[in-house]
Amino acid sequence: MNTETSTIPRESAVPTKSALQQRLPMAILGIALLTVPFWLPLLGGYTDLASRVLIFALAAMGLNLLLGFTGGLSFGHAAYFGLGSYGTGLMLANYTHSTVLAILVGTLIGGAAATLLGPIAVRRRGIYFSMITIAIGQMFYFIAVRWNSFTGGEDGLTGFSRQPINFPGYTLDLHSSQFYYLVLVCFSGGAWLLWTILNSPLGHLFVAIRENQKRLTFLGIRVELYIAISFAISGFVVALAGSLDSLLDNFTSPDNLRYTLSGNLLIICVLGGMRNFWGPLIGAFIFVLVQDYISSITQNWMTVIGLIFVLSVIFFPLGVMGFFRKRSRT
Amino acid sequence: MSLLTLQNVSRRFGAVTALNNISLSVEPGELRAVIGPNGAGKTTLFNLITGFFPPSDGSIIFDGEPITAVNPAVLVKKGIIRTFQITEIFLDLTVYENIRVAVEVAMGISLRPWVSAAMRAKVNARVEELMEIVKISHKANKVAGEMSHGDQRVVEVGIALSRHPKLLMLDEPTAGMGDEETNHMTGLIRSLNKEQKITMLFIEHDMSIVFGVADRITVLDNGTMLAEGNAREIADNPRVQAAYLGQAA
Repeated sequence: MNTETSTIPRESAVPTKSALQQRLPMAILGIALLTVPFWLPLLGGYTDLASRVLIFALAAMGLNLLLGFTGGLSFGHAAYFGLGSYGTGLMLANYTHSTVLAILVGTLIGGAAATLLGPIAVRRRGIYFSMITIAIGQMFYFIAVRWNSFTGGEDGLTGFSRQPINFPGYTLDLHSSQFYYLVLVCFSGGAWLLWTILNSPLGHLFVAIRENQKRLTFLGIRVELYIAISFAISGFVVALAGSLDSLLDNFTSPDNLRYTLSGNLLIICVLGGMRNFWGPLIGAFIFVLVQDYISSITQNWMTVIGLIFVLSVIFFPLGVMGFFRKRSRT
Repeated sequence: MSLLTLQNVSRRFGAVTALNNISLSVEPGELRAVIGPNGAGKTTLFNLITGFFPPSDGSIIFDGEPITAVNPAVLVKKGIIRTFQITEIFLDLTVYENIRVAVEVAMGISLRPWVSAAMRAKVNARVEELMEIVKISHKANKVAGEMSHGDQRVVEVGIALSRHPKLLMLDEPTAGMGDEETNHMTGLIRSLNKEQKITMLFIEHDMSIVFGVADRITVLDNGTMLAEGNAREIADNPRVQAAYLGQAA
């Protein structure tokens, strides 16, 4: 028997590489993210910008579980982002002074909505699935716009701010840098969760759904159930990001529920590479930076994003990360 | 007792009768071929047995239980596993990953968001075993979509085997293959039947394979059953010669 035939289990999200090759980029990424408040101002950036990159990266990575790894094109994930942000905002404005509790409630509300509504959308596939997700998403948008007395209507929700977190003997006042670290903790937690799932039997099945639903049906799998699970997990992660977003600005508005945000999250995934685990992080980095920089010059920053999007789809259809992965393979 | 019995099964699509009054039975351990010209109803027969759609009339019994109009997912659990005329595998995954998904499904652990090292090792061992049986271990880390048609077919058989089939149904397993690939596949079919003791039903166009491999042969023509018997009987049957073999000659 040939010894080469005993194969090392390969993970679908990462190609097999040596331990160093695999860990080095992760270590660099980790150190870079941990030290952002120290080096970003030197480059002319500000810490809130980094927080925004991570928040959008988290949202896009959550969406990407469904989009890139399960193959479900949702056009309505802003709904869960927005529910997370309204849930957290309303908690702090009306019911609690605990930032942590507000984040938990926001995340639960958004995630629960995805868990309940996902099964409706997964009854259809392809374009019909996408249309249902838009319809569901827009429903929440209009509720937020109309329910003036509770949500602040079109003007958005104000009157809340992130509250200090008290530990025994120590208080985090959550100023810009501290809030960044809170976001980083949530981002890391979300990324760890998604990574663990993608390397489990459940994650393997998600990827198999993307590849061939018919094959799975004839292995005895109820595909709808699994897409709904992917939808729900993805909803929870996106809701957590939405919750953090409301805390970043101490403000949320119906724009956070709107289909344009759903579209932006999709653009982030495609731009960075939706077949790659870290693709959405790269996409969010590009998207948020271009938005921040160009919008200080012109209101038409979306034109620039659109141009970058079109060029990236033409020249590297697998996204930035897909482009590099392909090159490193050849 | 027969493993699979069809009693007076018919299937109509609107005005078209795809299968008319078919009765047949497959014994445990048998290697049965289904042949017939294009449009004879071979794939329709497969679709009925695997629950793709129900018969218009008649009943199907598997392993002593009626399975008429039972849905595919349930039939899979009862042990009826099939492959398709057009290969259905996970193209962007490696051979190893293709079979791993199938093994995890078969073990009933697909809902788990994490696994213990012990379970991972168990899955691994089973994947290795299946890759050995279908003789594709040396290509474990190849991406399925980049492999030859023949290799993809073999992967599909590996996926099907993961569920411990009582009845393995192959829809044109050697269609579109070169000589070497065809030999590999026929060798595989024979070994699965003789060594793994799996009852098999396969649709095939290549007469030399059918006569060389199958224990018994069912001949369909135009939705009706023309003949049934071993290779000798079928080759000598004048009706078969007229309808099918004669045509080819």
